[in-house]
Amino acid sequence: MVTLKVNGTTHELDVEPDTPLLYVLRDNLGLNGAKFGCGLGQCGACTVMVDGTAVLSCVMPVMLIANRTVTTVEGLGTLDNPGPMQRAFIAEQAAQCGYCIAGMMMRAQALLQKHPDAADAEIRTHMEPNLCRCGTHMRILKAVRRAADLMRAEAKQSALRSTP
Amino acid sequence: MVWGRFLWGILALGALAGLGFVAYAWEREIAPIEPSQLGRFDATEIRQGAALAAIGNCGSCHTRPGGATHAGGRALATPFGTIHSSNITPDAETGIGGWSFEAFARAMRKGVDRAGRHLYPAFPYDHFTLTSEADNRALYAFLMTRAPINATALQNNLPFPLNERLLIAGWKLLYLKQGDFRPDPSKGSAWNRGAYLTEGLAHCGACHTPRNGMGAEIRGRSLDGGEVEGWVAYAINEKSPSPVPWTVDSLHFYLRNGWHAEHGISRGPMAPVTANLGEVSDADVRAIAVYVADRMGARNPTATQKTPVADGAQGAGGKPIFDAACASCHDGSRPLPFGGMDLRMSSAVHAPDPTNIVNVVLHGLSPAPGERSPIMPSYGGVISDAQIVDLLTYMRAAFTDKPAWSRLAELVAKQRARGDTLPTYSSDGHLSAPARPNARVTAW
Repeated sequence: MVTLKVNGTTHELDVEPDTPLLYVLRDNLGLNGAKFGCGLGQCGACTVMVDGTAVLSCVMPVMLIANRTVTTVEGLGTLDNPGPMQRAFIAEQAAQCGYCIAGMMMRAQALLQKHPDAADAEIRTHMEPNLCRCGTHMRILKAVRRAADLMRAEAKQSALRSTP
Repeated sequence: MVWGRFLWGILALGALAGLGFVAYAWEREIAPIEPSQLGRFDATEIRQGAALAAIGNCGSCHTRPGGATHAGGRALATPFGTIHSSNITPDAETGIGGWSFEAFARAMRKGVDRAGRHLYPAFPYDHFTLTSEADNRALYAFLMTRAPINATALQNNLPFPLNERLLIAGWKLLYLKQGDFRPDPSKGSAWNRGAYLTEGLAHCGACHTPRNGMGAEIRGRSLDGGEVEGWVAYAINEKSPSPVPWTVDSLHFYLRNGWHAEHGISRGPMAPVTANLGEVSDADVRAIAVYVADRMGARNPTATQKTPVADGAQGAGGKPIFDAACASCHDGSRPLPFGGMDLRMSSAVHAPDPTNIVNVVLHGLSPAPGERSPIMPSYGGVISDAQIVDLLTYMRAAFTDKPAWSRLAELVAKQRARGDTLPTYSSDGHLSAPARPNARVTAW
């Protein structure tokens, strides 16, 4: 048995400990946001966050993930109430075929959570492992910058609200 | 009375010695030149200078991450404090635009800037002193014909008395051996060219030779292996940890391409070195390979049979991790440079110090921007310190005939605590911009 905390819910799963996290997310938990691209950690389509760090879930056996906090694209918001990262990608129409986008959003989310003011060079370097075969990289970069603005604005508002 | 005179005598002697030292340490200012005094440089000489600057790896230290080439500002964190590299573009105000050739050659030979100030030995003039006048002229021609960039050097952050540059003269007295390169007539011309470059401009020993408490390379331990920027530079003499002995051909290929099928890929601060050597004359890279291979000497390969690790043995806990996380690439059939290294041939697993393999497990190998390059996912986000210790203990036992590494847990914790201040490089030598862009880690 492996214990996994995914998007705030704890699951007890009867899987082989060497199963890649991606297979468990998709096959056992029905979370199909993270995609199988290359299966070799070379393309980034499977990117999710583990304890706030972007991780390639296709090469991470669940035995390394047990008792850590996993966030997938489903954890960033819902269809009715998309989170700032998702709103930014929609606003910039950053997806063409869309296969890489969940991974792109998760990698960008990990960066902006740690460094809300990440400079452009930092965003580019950080996003380097994730590939987009349609070539919408410029829109993706724009979406990440927009997401950073949205997240900063939200943080400011909630700070204002919490001030007595 | 006698004692009084004695004391006075001692004081007088002390004052004289102090004056003598100041006189010794004093270097005159060399008058600045006007850009119009530079004259024209020969295109061939400029091209030679570009290649020599690549061999000397000037851009690696004199460029900050994301900054203009040679405009300086990169921080070098030493145990003594932080030193910032200077602007070596020909900007008259903030760079070396006012430097005559005489001033440039003096800096290379004896580590003194145009104004007569002693330079810190982070600038490896203990090696550059061997560079010939002709090569210095070519380097000067190349640097003085680059675009001038106005960028003021950041202040060094060194405590008293180390911030007193006059003291560096004392360091030089102990550790700087000035003089031209003396060829060994018993060796061939390639060997001599290689020795001249390796010991001089290429300053291989700056990383690959251990340093003493004064930050100087330890005499008699040349190329024994050292530490730089939080990475280990392996021994590149007869103590080389590579299980497959290096040859002239394999070194030549590795230095030129940044990888070799029997040795793996070049990473950490070696990545910009091999990226640069891919751009220079093949004969010079071959010469370096000839010299270094000779320093390594011939030896038989160490046994590289896979040793089965018994259940319950030390490191047995790492086997399932290796099988699940590493084997699909590292025990696969995809060839280098894009496939995973067969760890039975890896210097990283055979080396006495596992720092590099800890770094690579934590940070992976980042891709080169905009080109095909080897990549390894970083496991730092998921693997715990204890799991890394298990994994590396297993790998050491399974893939080498070497004794287990000691104090592994401490090292893993230390390298993880460095976080993103550890400089990581991609295969093209590109320094991944860390979150704190001026952070640079050097152990000695």
